[in-house]
Parts: sequence; structure tokens; C-alpha cells
Amino acid sequence: MLTIEQLDKTYRTGDHALRQVSFVLEPGQLIGLIGPSGAGKSTLIRCVNRLVPPTGGRILFEGVDVARVGRRELRRVRRRMGMIFQEYALVERLTVMENVLSGRLGYVPFWQSLTRRFPQADVDQAFALLERVGLGDQFDKRADELSGGQRQRVGIARALQQNPELLLVDEPTASLDPKTSRQIMRLIRDVCEERQLSAIINIHDVMLAQMFVDRIIGLRAGAVVFDGPPAALDDGVLTTIYGEEDWTMMRATAVEDAAEAAERAEERMAGLR
Amino acid sequence: MSAAAARKWRRPPVLIKNDRWRLAIYGGAIVYLILAAASVPVDPARIVVGLDRGWRFVEGFLTPDFISRGNAIWDGLVESLTMTVTSTVVGCLISVPIGIGAARNLAPLPVYLLCRAIITLSRTFQEVIIAIFFVAMFGFGPFAGFLTLSFATIGFLAKLLAEDIEDIDWRQVEAVRATGASWSQVVNYAVQPQVMPRLIGLSLYRLDINFRESAVIGIVGAGGIGATLNTAIDRYEYDSAGAILLLIILIVMAAEYSSSLIRRRLN
Amino acid sequence: MPTVDRGDTRIWTRRTSREEWLRWALLFATVALFVWCWQVMTETTIWAFVWDAPVQAVDIGDRMWPPRWSYIERLWWPLWDTLNIATLGTLLGIVLAVPTAFMAARNTTPSAWLVRPVALFIIVASRSINSLIWALLLVAIIGPGVLAGIIAIGLRSIGFIGKLLYEAIEEVDESQVEAVRATGASPAQIVDYAIVPQILPAFVGISVFRWDINIRESTILGLVGAGGIGLQLQASLNVLAWPQVTLILLCILVTVIVSEWVSAQVRAAVS
Repeated sequence: MLTIEQLDKTYRTGDHALRQVSFVLEPGQLIGLIGPSGAGKSTLIRCVNRLVPPTGGRILFEGVDVARVGRRELRRVRRRMGMIFQEYALVERLTVMENVLSGRLGYVPFWQSLTRRFPQADVDQAFALLERVGLGDQFDKRADELSGGQRQRVGIARALQQNPELLLVDEPTASLDPKTSRQIMRLIRDVCEERQLSAIINIHDVMLAQMFVDRIIGLRAGAVVFDGPPAALDDGVLTTIYGEEDWTMMRATAVEDAAEAAERAEERMAGLR
Repeated sequence: MSAAAARKWRRPPVLIKNDRWRLAIYGGAIVYLILAAASVPVDPARIVVGLDRGWRFVEGFLTPDFISRGNAIWDGLVESLTMTVTSTVVGCLISVPIGIGAARNLAPLPVYLLCRAIITLSRTFQEVIIAIFFVAMFGFGPFAGFLTLSFATIGFLAKLLAEDIEDIDWRQVEAVRATGASWSQVVNYAVQPQVMPRLIGLSLYRLDINFRESAVIGIVGAGGIGATLNTAIDRYEYDSAGAILLLIILIVMAAEYSSSLIRRRLN
Repeated sequence: MPTVDRGDTRIWTRRTSREEWLRWALLFATVALFVWCWQVMTETTIWAFVWDAPVQAVDIGDRMWPPRWSYIERLWWPLWDTLNIATLGTLLGIVLAVPTAFMAARNTTPSAWLVRPVALFIIVASRSINSLIWALLLVAIIGPGVLAGIIAIGLRSIGFIGKLLYEAIEEVDESQVEAVRATGASPAQIVDYAIVPQILPAFVGISVFRWDINIRESTILGLVGAGGIGLQLQASLNVLAWPQVTLILLCILVTVIVSEWVSAQVRAAVS
């Protein structure tokens, strides 16, 4: 459903962010994009809906080359791709409901969005989605009143409100604690399964990626250095992606995190007694 | 799900949450606006006559004449600029003690009240009103303008300085005080370093404001380019007036640009 | 850094000698400029008047007190006009300043090469020219009266509101804008959903702040014939009716203090 061919991106500053990236995303597939910071993960995901215009290559989404469509057509393509952001990127001063309904902006005319008179079907869907992500009664709260995990749930609802065919997910767990991170990842995977969505997920946490995605693509300095199932990720591959030192360190912190989590769980249970 | 299907949603009010207050405030505002607009006398015939003059002004602005009133413009500009420099320097020097005196965390209550009274007096009245009084006392000319602008500078700078001092990091003051420093040493070592950069920035900003104001107080006889401008407009010499306005805009732009450069260098 | 080893003692100075020199040079230049400006400025000053000023001040003070309270009846209408000039003028300024600000902000301007410089010039021109000068021009063009005052205040307010507003627009959180853009929203929808909510508190604060300043400015527009209480001030000054001047000044004082209080309350409520 999405074919990326020899995608290239050089920023005006001269940074060569993507080099000849190619892959094919199958319907219903969840791809985890891993790599050290600065590897071009964020650029790649933003090229797909052209928030960042690529400098070379093709992005074929259901037969349309996103890199070359006109402005009006681009908006029509964008509304078919839901996006979930690092740090949530909710409009903080709008209510939860307005944030979710903003997922319909590509579908309704300007005056309708200005007066906030969305079709009742959209409102029904928004209520149902808020229910689905577990925020059924929070709709009139302002987004900045919510906790981090709740905000990301609103972000997910906003993306789903578009009725997308593809989800672009940019570091969904970057500012969440380990437990909430797993809940959010599980929620994303579950809604993708329910709706037969495919997704590209940027994620810096390798363990989390292995737990929830079908396929992993490793980027290093803007080039694909690994493409395969999570099980094929071994120390050798991860060392090529992250470099010797970083990978050893990441693994060490991951082990520590796990130990800590186990310890906390024990303490909790001790408290129950 | 069927229960949720008929749920209506309306956007909650953005600014005023309370229903009654919102109704009262918006209703009051509308009533006021109608009354106010109705009480503005408009004379369409006069405006039609004036449009021709307005067009001539636009023409004058686009084809400014710097030459025929060149001497008067030059004298006015020199007066304005010298007034600006002297009044900013004097105003800043006086603002510092008054600003310190008006900071509640440094000054004793009687001093505080006195300094705040001076600031309020200076801020309440428009420069032009102050200028009228100084002209009455000191005679026509730039000296009255200089006094006006100095006085206005005090109200502006001392108030902002006092607010800055009230907002400083108090731990630094405590640390210096703990060494056994006297009041003036505390001001020098703990307060001054914290407020100095902004004080310099504000002084430069005030320089710019003083120049703009110097173009106005001439209208009531306090010297500067304003007097020249007033004469030009009174005589319907719109090309000279356009030239003066362009000069004012250019000088303000230059002052703004250079002060932003200086501020960047300081930081 | 600024230490000098002289034999076995190490001398510490606050700044390097180069910095020290620069500072002294700057100070000297400022003093020289000040003295020169002072000389030029006072060339035409008649010092006899200046030395006479305290006597004049006492004289005026004597004449001003007590205020002529009965004159207040003639001031209600001018005060109402003054309030209207400030309020309607601010509204006019807002209407003109908002589009200008969106055209001037780097992230919302339709064209950075063509439209933005024009919008920035409008802002600078409006800021450089005092409302009294605008009033002077407008009285000549559309005749004396409240309308000239309203337009003068409006034209002056474009620059102030426009500048602060476009700075606020340039400071919005881009990630929220990006998120709304990613839904396929049109440029107008992006402004409505991602930018307006972020700048709304700043916008209300700026507008009320300008209204407060405009109250002060509109008290003097009457001096050039543009309506409001300044007309009464001018008339009283012309006939040297100092007790009336005192009352007018008291009225201005109260109005300004009340408007400052209102503006502070509103700004505290929206932030």
C-alpha cells in the first residue's frame, strides 16, 4: 500500500538526512523504525505525508506519488494518513473534543470548522473513539489539564478520527514512563488490528519495538542498514545500527529498567499484604 | 453505543466560563458600542471635501519635499535629537535611585510611597500635558521639552526597574547579606548584576520613545521637529509634512535596529 | 582571567585592561555627546525665564487651587467622548492590526518577499508617528471632531498591536501547527485550530493594554481639535482659567487610574 523508492533528503543546511531509502509497507503491517537519534527516523516519517518535502525519490501511496502531488491533492492524501506525535502535539488550549474533531479538518469546509459545527456523524465517532481510548468523560477538559498518557490517548483518537488507512507514529512514548509506554504501544497495536491499519512507528526503545511490531527497519546515518522481523535483531545487527558503545549502554539501562520495574512490582505486592 | 449516538456536542465558551457573566459582559459591550457609535457625529459632506486633501497628503508623502523648508526641518531635527539624548541621559540617572526607592523589597515604606507617587504622577499625564506646564514655567523652546521628556522617562524607567528589582532572585541577596555586607554593598553585588542588562535595554528603548515624543511636544511649544511639522500641516504644505514624517520613520527604524544590535552584543 | 603576575604576588582585577579601556572610552564618549547636545540644545534658551521658573510655578499653583468644581457639569460629555475615542479607536486598530500581524509573521505570511516587508513597514510607520500627529493630519483632512480622534488612535494602534501580535505568532509551538497540518487541514483551518488558540491570551492582553494607553492618549487629542476632554483643556488654557484646568487634570487622573485598574484585572484574568 505504501512504496518508498530511493527517498533522498538533504536539508538546506547541508545535512544529508536520508540516503536512498526504499521499502514496501504491506497492508496491515506494523513497521518499527529504529536507529540512533539523528539517523533520519523523524525525517523519514515526515516525508511520507510531506510535512518535510523530500529532495529525491518517490513515495507511492495507493498509486499516488505523494512527493509530486499538488497542494489540494496533498491535503486529500494527508487526511488518509493519521499521525501521532512525540510530546503529543495536541493544541493545548483547545478542549479534548476539539482536538479529536480536528482530525476531520481535511473533510469539512472552513466555515463549518470555524463554527465548530461538525456533522453529527463526526461527533458520534469522536465520542466513540474517546470511549475506545478510555477517556469517555473527559471531552470538555482542556488538553493541558490532562496527564501525559491521557494526552497521547487523545493524540491517538485524533489520528483515528481521520479514518486513516495508514498511521505515522513518531516516538509515541518518548516522554512517558515505562508502564504507560507499554499501554500506549499496546493500544496502538490493538487499534491497528481492529481497523486493519498499517503503521510506521519511530521508536528509540528497541525492547518495546520488538514487543509490538511485525517488522523492523534500522536506520543509520540516513540509510537502511537492517530490514527484517524483530526476531532477527541480534547483538551484531544492533551494533551496526547503534555503534558498539551506545548499544552496550542501551542494553545495560534496559536491564536496569527491567530490574527496577520488577522491584517496584514486588514492593507493591508487599504493600498489599 | 446507541445511547451515545444522539449525543450533541457544543463548543464550550472560550473566554468567560460563567453563563450569566458572559451574557452580562457581551450584552453590555454591545449596548455600549451602539450608544458610542451613535454619539459620534459624522459629517459626510465635510469628509467628501476632505478626501481630496487626503489624496494630496498621500501624494505629498510619496513625493516628499526636503528642500524648500530644509532649514526649518534641519533645525527641528537637531533640537529633537539633542533633546532626546540629554533627556534620556538625565532621566535614566534620576530613574535609578527612584526605581530602587520604589522597590518594596529594598526600600523602607515612606521612601517607597514617595517614589511610587512620583512614578504615578509621571505616568498618568501624557507628555503633552506635562509639556504645557513646563512651557508655562520655563518659556518656549527645547529646554521645556528636555524637562518634559526627562520627567516622562522617570515614570517609565523607574517603574520597570522597580518591578525588575522586586522580581530578582532573592537567594543571591541573602547570600551576599550573609557575608556581612552593608545595604549599598548588597545593592552593588546582588541586585545590580541581576537587573543591569535589562536596564540598559530599557534605556535604549526609552531613547527611541523619547525621540518619537519629541516630535509631538513641539506642537505645544516645547521645541523640536513637532513645531516644524505643525506649521507645515497648518499651511497645507503636505510635501514638506511628508518629508518630516519620512525622516521620523527612518530615524526610528535606525534607532530600533541599532538598539537591537547593541542589546544582542550585550547578551 | 584578569590576573597579572608581578613577581610573586598575583594581582586580580575585575576586568582585563582592554575591557577597562573600552568602558572608559564609552563613558567618555557618552559624556562628551551629552555635553555637546546640551550646548546645542540650550543655545536659544533664555535663562532669565528658567531662573524665573520657581516663581512662575508658585504663581500657577496659586491660581490653580481650588479647582472649580461646578465646571464638572460641562465635562461629562467630553469624558464620554474621550472614552469612545479610546475604545472605538482601539477596536479600529485591532481590526486593521490583526491581518497586518498575520502578514508580517514569518510563519503565516503569504509571501516573505512581497507582503511581509509591506506589513512590517506599515507597522513601523504606525509606531513611529504619534497619535497626536495622526490627529493633526486627520483634522486637516476630515475636519475636527471625535471621528478624527478615533481614526488617529486606530492608526497609531496598528503598529503597537501588530508588532506584539506578530511576535506572538512567530513564537507559537510549531509542533501543534504540524499536527494540525498533518490532518490535511487547509491554511485557514491551520490558523483557526493551531495558531489562534495559542495566541488568544496574548491577543486579549495586548489589546486591553493598548486600550489603557489609548485612554491616556485620547485625553490630549482635543488640543488639535480631535474631540474629547482635550478640547476643554485647550479652551481653559486659552482663557487662563486655571481652576478649570485643575479639575480637568483631576478627571484625567481618575479616568486613567480606573482604566489602568480595569486593564490590569482583565490581563490577570486571561493569563
